[in-house]
Amino acid sequence: MKKVMVGNHAVAYGAMLARAEVISAYPITPQTQIMEELSEMVADGRLKARYIKVESEHSAMASCIGASATGARAFTATSSQGLVLMHEMLHWASSGRHPVVMAAVNRALAPGLNIWTDQNDTLAQRDTGWIQLYCENGQEVIDTTIMAFKLAETVNLPVMVVLDAFYLSHTSEPVDIPDQAMVDKFLPRREARYKLDTDEPHAFGALTKPDAYMEIRLRQQDAMDEARHAFKKVEAEWKKLSGRSYGAIESYEAKDAELLLVTSGTITSTSRYVVNELRAEGKKVGLVKVKMFRPSPMAEIRKALAGVKKVAVLDRNISPGHGGVFAQEIRSALYELPLEDRPVLFGYVLGLGGRDVTPKTIREIVDRTMASKAPERHDLWVGVAS
Amino acid sequence: MSQVMIKDQVPEKDYLTSGHLACPGCGAPIAMRMVLKVLGPKTMVSLPACCWSIIAGPFPQSSLKVPLYHTAFETAAALASGIRAGLDARGDTETTVLAWAGDGGTFDIGMQALSGAAERNENFIYCCYDNEAYMNTGIQRSSSTPWGAWTTTTPVQSPEASPKKDLLAIMAAHRVPYAATACVAYPDDLIAKVRKAKEMKGTRFLQILAPCPPGWKFADEDSIQIGRMAVQNKIFPLMEVEDGARWRFTVDHRGDAVEPYLKKQGRFRHLKDWQISKIQSDVNERWRVLENRVKYGT
Repeated sequence: MKKVMVGNHAVAYGAMLARAEVISAYPITPQTQIMEELSEMVADGRLKARYIKVESEHSAMASCIGASATGARAFTATSSQGLVLMHEMLHWASSGRHPVVMAAVNRALAPGLNIWTDQNDTLAQRDTGWIQLYCENGQEVIDTTIMAFKLAETVNLPVMVVLDAFYLSHTSEPVDIPDQAMVDKFLPRREARYKLDTDEPHAFGALTKPDAYMEIRLRQQDAMDEARHAFKKVEAEWKKLSGRSYGAIESYEAKDAELLLVTSGTITSTSRYVVNELRAEGKKVGLVKVKMFRPSPMAEIRKALAGVKKVAVLDRNISPGHGGVFAQEIRSALYELPLEDRPVLFGYVLGLGGRDVTPKTIREIVDRTMASKAPERHDLWVGVAS
Repeated sequence: MSQVMIKDQVPEKDYLTSGHLACPGCGAPIAMRMVLKVLGPKTMVSLPACCWSIIAGPFPQSSLKVPLYHTAFETAAALASGIRAGLDARGDTETTVLAWAGDGGTFDIGMQALSGAAERNENFIYCCYDNEAYMNTGIQRSSSTPWGAWTTTTPVQSPEASPKKDLLAIMAAHRVPYAATACVAYPDDLIAKVRKAKEMKGTRFLQILAPCPPGWKFADEDSIQIGRMAVQNKIFPLMEVEDGARWRFTVDHRGDAVEPYLKKQGRFRHLKDWQISKIQSDVNERWRVLENRVKYGT
């Protein structure tokens, strides 16, 4: 059934269809609509779940971990300051191997106080051990939310479903709502391998000495590696049922391209539009969309970019003292290519704090990249008053 | 003043094993042992960073015969809320969820999560074993440390300058169904309170005084005596409050002198006469406040 809805409601429908059993959340703009919608769903009985209205995001994640440790399916959503407040417990969720799913609505970090979109909040969680999946539109949000539970419970790792503030969270689009019976078939009730159990009492997360700690971390890394394959299987299964899949990365108009844009989130849609225009003008420009950030799909990215003359990475984020985060990661992926296949990489920083990225912005980036042999600096800031 | 001494048999079965890692004379395992005797095998423990993180044993060991989850310092109540919700979601309403935290994890860093859970009236028992400082990290002051005490962050030249936080009143102000103080030196009283708490629903809170030989600087064998002196002399009165309104004393507090209690502990050795007098008058004043709470319910 198709319904016009905002990205935030697509998240809520996804969590409802996945039959989340425990929801624990705290309000923050621009995520709040997710928890409001889920409150309605629980109150009117559409979703049978325990809903904990916690006093902070830190407690939201802690209680999701507690619920997950009993074997239940737990869900939360947050943004920005709330996400960075959770940081400690994000490590706990992943190292504790809890398949919690969270929607993270990308919002800039303060100061200055800013409710609009950029990716610094989620990218600052890079090393917490969470799988991160970035979404481009409402349909991808609802599908990814459902798939996230399946992926999380397959590899026992938490998954973050990431969507841009306002450009996606508050934008209304037609979304095909998957059928409940189909979702139930795809995602049966969670059966946890390990859980708090009075019949088989164990201690979880006890003091771990140097002689055991590294082995536990290696298992976590192995699970991340496994998640790459598991994601493909999960997507294949979902495609069979729904007809839709997205890929860890997606190449668009990439064949014979001389310049490839690398994008994530809603900037991808804007870039597709510009790529279509440029192709109509006979310019050999395409794009590669990165959906999966962790585990990093570097082999796929390397393959997608090998042999292309130039790559322009569009980073709606900044790692101060270095540059855009996606650019860093892709640079390191390209290092393994032989020199003759290695594209020249242009790392653009743009759209921070919700600054608009229009087709004109993308066109300027394309023109600038086409006209330059090599970037004049490591991080190229776009549309900034100097 | 109403005084009720409930004589109760101590359940025989233990859920704390020998070989745990507490210091000799530690009050904390005594408290856990008593509480679990009452709560029994259908119990799950939310355990934040505290001395008990060590006492419970390193991976892959556990000194408890019930499941426990080692969690972050400030999350005992939040994690317990989640465990409860998860169990409820799967239809298990029988298992008791027990949050078990020290005074640092309760009075200080865990206060927000505890207040949130208590206000929501989450259905669990929260026990704070109170040894009046951050003992696991090596005796740093907490907001439970009494006025005048030495700790490694309140050296004798500048001892603790704030009074001990009145946690029982804070919990009562949340109007939780049950809140009480207890002490390992009064096992009858402690067991009766846990029994009462177990029969109720909603947030039930116990603050259990657990004397600490290395932190308070007294001989290992004196823990129970020190606890008894604290209670008898009104320094740590044993009380309970139902629905935040009905306060009562639960044992006889027949003594009136703080000095022998203070003199028995190295953490108070530096105190001068005027400081001992001040502690005495503070205890007297506090007692009047508590008597009024019992009398008027506020």
